[in-house]
Amino acid sequence: MGVDHLSALYIARSREVAARVLGGEMMIMSVRDSRLFNLNQVATMIWQAADGATTLEEIAQRICVEYDVEPGQALRDAEAFVQELARHGVLLVSDQPIQERTLDD
Amino acid sequence: MKSLLEISHPHRFAMRSLTRSFLHGLTIEIGEKPILVRTDSFDFANLLESRYGEFVTESKPYDVMELKIEFVKDLRDRFGKDTDREVSVRVETGRWVIERGDFRAEWDLRSNRGCLTQRANPYAIDAVLRILHSLFLARTGGFLVHAASAVRNGRAFVFAGLSGTGKTTLARLAPRDVALLTDEISYVSPTPEGRGSEPKPSTARCESRTGDSDLPESLARPFQAFGTPFAGELACTGRNVRAPLGSLFLLQQGQENRIEALSEAEAARQLLRHVLFFARDEELVRAVFQTVLDFVTHVPVRRLVFAGDARVWELIT
Repeated sequence: MGVDHLSALYIARSREVAARVLGGEMMIMSVRDSRLFNLNQVATMIWQAADGATTLEEIAQRICVEYDVEPGQALRDAEAFVQELARHGVLLVSDQPIQERTLDD
Repeated sequence: MKSLLEISHPHRFAMRSLTRSFLHGLTIEIGEKPILVRTDSFDFANLLESRYGEFVTESKPYDVMELKIEFVKDLRDRFGKDTDREVSVRVETGRWVIERGDFRAEWDLRSNRGCLTQRANPYAIDAVLRILHSLFLARTGGFLVHAASAVRNGRAFVFAGLSGTGKTTLARLAPRDVALLTDEISYVSPTPEGRGSEPKPSTARCESRTGDSDLPESLARPFQAFGTPFAGELACTGRNVRAPLGSLFLLQQGQENRIEALSEAEAARQLLRHVLFFARDEELVRAVFQTVLDFVTHVPVRRLVFAGDARVWELIT
């Protein structure tokens, strides 16, 4: 999947996780398989912005502003991160905005 | 007039009916949760009484959970199961189903009664009791953890670690003023004060917590540890006592005894590896996750590098 394609997508946090910030680190556990994920600051920013209404490209732009990262690099890193979490069912990905009701399902 | 049987086994009862099975009963109480275990085998009841020692308590007249044990020679005859299969725990409507190659158990959540079908050895019921207590604790803000634990100066200390990191060695080296709770599976639950502090702390509250020294005592020690009969290589049960939890140490072998600080996130990551939890159930997994994160924000969790000698206890005060 290419960057241009993925960046047009919307991402949302799955409801099948337990997540909490602890000592400045975001900790996420998949309640399906008890797999634990620790997010760094940039990844936490993506996670918190994954509201189903914001595109990945918009989120990457926010990262560029916040962390002084080159836009292409920010998008590539965000893409890799999203693909990884989506593979474990922790993030939902869609080419349409993801409604709150879908998140509850 | 009491029968000789009742006099020689004060914690046991025996019904005289010839038509009912499960004649022999004894109460095994762990973490102040009594479970009345019934079996039709006098010999097996004796075996349990010997194995669980001071965790066999006086029968309670009411509000007691109950587990009936039925023996089969081969589970395949009854359930057609693979006898080598690993443990599985699933939550069905209103009940837990626990299966392993050598047993099958069901526990009804409404009545708090269950039945266990197993071969006639003590290992199956030992596993079932561990799993049941891990499930009870998951619902009440506690957990079982692969750890030795002990009480010193009125406080409990828990030593979590994988096999070979020194849990049993540490227990063996304990000085006389230390009461051992277990060398294998530790029982951690919220105190009544800790339970009263629910709902769980908010994220903001967690982030602001760096230790417990500035907290009121009731919040600073919201967890307690109980002794368990679950033994490792020490091969004897712990003391059936409890104490407020002082610290949890993550054991690591090393050249010299020392204590190292850990961040809360690292403490949670490490502790989650050692918590016993078997159920494939989303709500229970969520609950255990929150409990462990609460725990590391309330209780000091540090790494204990252990050189395998008794001087390590000089650090545990």
